[in-house]
Amino acid sequence: MAGSGPSATRPGRRVLAIALPHLAAEARLRHEGNPGLPAPFAIAGAVKNALCLVSVSPAAQAAGLHPGQTLADARAICPDLITRPARPERHQVTLRALARWAEQFSPLVGLDRDDTLVLDISGCAHLFGGEAALCAQVAAACAGLNLTARIGLADTRGGAWALAHLAPGIAPAGQTRRVLEDMPVGALRIEAATVEALSALGLATIGALARIARGQLARRFGLQTLKRLDQALGAEPEPISPDRARPHFAARLSLPEPIGLTRDVMAGLERLLERVCADLAREYQGARHLRLTATRVDSRDESAEIRLARPGRDPMRLRALFERKVGEMDAGFGIDSLRLVALETEPLKPSQTGRESKSERVHDLISRLGNRIGFENVTRFQPNDSHIPERAFTIAAAAWSEPQSFPAGRQRPLTLFAPEPLGDGQGRDLPRRFLWRAQRFHVHSATGPERIAPEWWWDDPAWRTGLRDYWWVQTAEGPRLWLYRTHHPQVAWWVQGLGD
Amino acid sequence: MLDMSGHSIDLTQWLTQARVHEAMGPGARSFAARLAGQLEGPVLWLTQAGGRDRLCPQGLVPHLDPARVILAHPPDRLGLLQAMEEVLRSGAAPLAVAEVAHAPDLTESRRLQLAAATGKGRGLCLIGEARTNAAETRWTCAPLPGEQESPRQKWVLVKNKRGTLGQWEVA
Repeated sequence: MAGSGPSATRPGRRVLAIALPHLAAEARLRHEGNPGLPAPFAIAGAVKNALCLVSVSPAAQAAGLHPGQTLADARAICPDLITRPARPERHQVTLRALARWAEQFSPLVGLDRDDTLVLDISGCAHLFGGEAALCAQVAAACAGLNLTARIGLADTRGGAWALAHLAPGIAPAGQTRRVLEDMPVGALRIEAATVEALSALGLATIGALARIARGQLARRFGLQTLKRLDQALGAEPEPISPDRARPHFAARLSLPEPIGLTRDVMAGLERLLERVCADLAREYQGARHLRLTATRVDSRDESAEIRLARPGRDPMRLRALFERKVGEMDAGFGIDSLRLVALETEPLKPSQTGRESKSERVHDLISRLGNRIGFENVTRFQPNDSHIPERAFTIAAAAWSEPQSFPAGRQRPLTLFAPEPLGDGQGRDLPRRFLWRAQRFHVHSATGPERIAPEWWWDDPAWRTGLRDYWWVQTAEGPRLWLYRTHHPQVAWWVQGLGD
Repeated sequence: MLDMSGHSIDLTQWLTQARVHEAMGPGARSFAARLAGQLEGPVLWLTQAGGRDRLCPQGLVPHLDPARVILAHPPDRLGLLQAMEEVLRSGAAPLAVAEVAHAPDLTESRRLQLAAATGKGRGLCLIGEARTNAAETRWTCAPLPGEQESPRQKWVLVKNKRGTLGQWEVA
């Protein structure tokens, strides 16, 4: 590998890098509807417990601000700075969207560090009238999105990245090495600490670094530094692996005449379901959440959504779930087109069809109930490892949980409620008779106490009264009550449950 | 009226399949749990959202595995009856329990009966007070004072469309 020159890369390979130095700030401005805001604007986020600028707009940069600065410093320099909190997850979405957008220039689009898009444009440039024309078009397209872009074009991915970040321009084919020779080592995509150490040794340019003995370089600065150097100079290949497009399950039906009857919409839906379900079957996916959007003649949208307790792709079953929702849609003056999209899908293995198992019927029922009253309202019990009676179980949405058996334990009430104070229980001893829910009870017999201590690691306001002594009380009137006594701040009696 | 105190009772015989029944009184929940314990398969338990008296799974353990229970919490009484009808019609659960304090009226209970006949499951409404309606049987359930280890229940069959009335004391 050593000194093998540019032969390791595919001859004629050309890589375009688009560096977007103000991406987060500019994307947010665009999202908020005032792109190209002349006032200084920045995105602030927490970096190592300090509030720092993450991204600044060109105007803010002109005012002397830069990413990495603490927000307090930035405010001192530029008092009229407008900031917004960082949203890293949105940033990732933006980057992926931009990568898809860049596919208009080349099918091979990848992402590199510091908000940089890398495009393998080998064999693409002539379609745009040559490399210079392509760069101009990319720049114009970015300007159209109100994004500041710096563009570098070279034989290698590392070289293009370096040019884009430090000296935007085009390195002619075969000249990448010569162009990179005079660039600072910071252009190599290596750690800031390594850059500093190299500079301290007087190795300021890539050319100087390339000339020293490789073994020593690797020993002092690690293989990563060497690898980055080779990648930039083209001695080591660095392919661009584009994001695999996620399959999208959607179908559209445009109608020659507007329709308004529920029956007609259902007929259209059936055709869409058939297509979407066939797509799902091909990818071994099942839908969890589907949306049917009807575009009306007056260009308003009406939509109906369904969710499923288990992923499914049986058109008839999905149709049954849609039936009620479609009936509620307002067709207005008629519906022009229908669109069905599977918003959430999950892997679903093919299984034998035609035989409806019992569990499938239960899942269907959960789906139907969930679509009627909301999936959060269809639940099941799950055991929880706690000796606190009200925390010994949890309630989970039935659509997203599996049944779990409960271990046998101590006798617990069938009905549990928030503790209610006993009408006239103040003494330390179990009262002989008491008042509860406006009814007088006489104690027939009692078993207990069962002492339950609060969980000290879990601050539950209801348990701040400390230890509880629980008693099962059989009243002469019939009901079996679950009583307890607390000692703090004074002795008090409470009812928490009703046995069977 | 038959006095069957001391005899064991097979609830599945009295609460016939494909019909909707009613239970009331302070022991109604316990009655439903025992009936569920004598059946197999999932049990749908419908209660109105935001109620004070919640079902505790550990209390169900002596009668049935709480894993079999699926709870549904419709927002209001009408939603609960609609959901009950849906459950009964699907027939996916051999027993559906609806806690509906204000008992269904004649039209409502007739709808439930038709749904149950379609789905071939059992419906049980836990009601507060009896109203004239199409329920197949109606039971009044109350706990009786007894030993702690074997709580006793008194069940009185107060309405039976096709059969005798009776009362049971069960352990």
